[in-house]
Amino acid sequence: MPVQDLQGKQVWQRNTGRESISHWIIWLIGVAIFAYCWQKISNSTTWFFVWDAPRIADDIWTRATPPRWEYIAQLGEPIWDTLNIATLGTIFSLILAVPIAFLAAHNTTPSKFFVRPIALLIIVSSRSINSLIWALLLIAIIGPGVFAGVIAIAIRSIGFCAKLLYEAIEEIDQTQVEAITATGASRWQVMAYGIVPQILPAFAGIAVFRWDINIRESTVLGLVGAGGIGLQLSSSLNVLAWPQVSLILLVILIAVIISEWVSAKVRGAII
Amino acid sequence: MSEIDSFISKPWRKPSFIKRPWLRWTLIIFFLTYLLAAYATIDVNWSRVYEGLERGKKFVLAFTNPDFTTRSSDIYEGMFESIIMTITSSVVGIAISIPIALGAARNIAPLPVYLICRSIIAISRALQEIIVAILLVAIFGFGPLAGFLTLSFATIGFLSKLLAEDIESMDKVQAEAIEASGAKWTQWINYGVQPQVMPRLIGLSIYRLDINFRESAILGLVGAGGIGATLNTAFDRYEYDTAAAILLIIIMIVMALEYMSGVIRARVQ
Repeated sequence: MPVQDLQGKQVWQRNTGRESISHWIIWLIGVAIFAYCWQKISNSTTWFFVWDAPRIADDIWTRATPPRWEYIAQLGEPIWDTLNIATLGTIFSLILAVPIAFLAAHNTTPSKFFVRPIALLIIVSSRSINSLIWALLLIAIIGPGVFAGVIAIAIRSIGFCAKLLYEAIEEIDQTQVEAITATGASRWQVMAYGIVPQILPAFAGIAVFRWDINIRESTVLGLVGAGGIGLQLSSSLNVLAWPQVSLILLVILIAVIISEWVSAKVRGAII
Repeated sequence: MSEIDSFISKPWRKPSFIKRPWLRWTLIIFFLTYLLAAYATIDVNWSRVYEGLERGKKFVLAFTNPDFTTRSSDIYEGMFESIIMTITSSVVGIAISIPIALGAARNIAPLPVYLICRSIIAISRALQEIIVAILLVAIFGFGPLAGFLTLSFATIGFLSKLLAEDIESMDKVQAEAIEASGAKWTQWINYGVQPQVMPRLIGLSIYRLDINFRESAILGLVGAGGIGATLNTAFDRYEYDTAAAILLIIIMIVMALEYMSGVIRARVQ
């Protein structure tokens, strides 16, 4: 135990002398990096605008309130589109994620050295790129619209769903699988009766959880032209119609809260 | 007994996931009608999709031959800005979220503080990064400052919530032992609470650093700095080889961060 001798009195200390020096050096390096980064940000900022920000914020607030309530009549269809993008995107992604998860899990993959790395690579690349970027790409390829949004959400969700699912597959109870194998079941029967029943609750939970996230993400996909309520948001922003913007933000907030509530309820019922 | 009797002399059938039949069938029918309705309202321009397949193929091929050199200075600047935004916003976000997490843990904070901190977390979690970024760009002007503020704000909601949950589930005995030794409040936090949540805090911080980097890649789309603007331009000009190069860099950095976080988390736990 590190103890310091102070004029004959023994005082307990948390760290040894060497530990405190190394902590001090790590902190110094961290602070130096932060200061350097902050200076870079500061250099590329027009500070005049920042000092002016409270006035601008106040100005935008007065323009945005009260929201233009009658505009809600035009939001029905975009909301339906947003819901479709999220739901259909989730369904497509689940269809693709299930086989990838089985290929990626240690205990079900057909080959550890060839197929598994490929499946993991698909998972990582799908997860590391945001759905807005996928949407940008798909709009360049298949044109703007709801369909591009659905595919973007689907591609983005594959990684998330497959990762959680393959972790669930790796955690299954192997004895049940052995019991089914012992009855002489084929490879597919083992999967259907030994593995699937064990991961079904996790699967349902993942599906609902991702659906909730996808509702959030699909509300902003329209900013790049992939359909949904984001389209209205971006066109209102472009013409500086702040009362409409505030109404749309309110609608998005409500949609997010409702979807979170639904997903929490369903997950509570499953688990 | 009667339940078992009813199974005798019948072939075994796999039990359904949803046990109540009426609930199962209502859900299935509801779901199918929804699918039909959704399918009917989405108009897909199949000829446009077919035309696009050619471009899609070109894009996929671009991944085998990414162009790092032509726009290297733009890519470098954008990436550098993204990384700077990630680091600063993570540091500031974590620094702010620790006191908020302490306030949002019911076993530490009094009720009024708890409610205030929980509502800060709720607001931060309900608003997506990109919407916050739009508002902040309108207020603070274009540039990385808006992105930095957005990511810090988002970090607060994420980290405080998870950290507060960890503090709430901590071992009371250790904290009481420190309290019994006559520690001040700050000492109590420092020696009774902090050592228990430190591994989780480090893990969450690194995970959030990873998320912040991924998010910083899109903030440029709305003018909040970072690589997003470069990427958007590359797509707009159909320069798929440059876009592929940027995406590959993003994937590589995310993979490196994920690997690093795995190593660090294994060490602290």
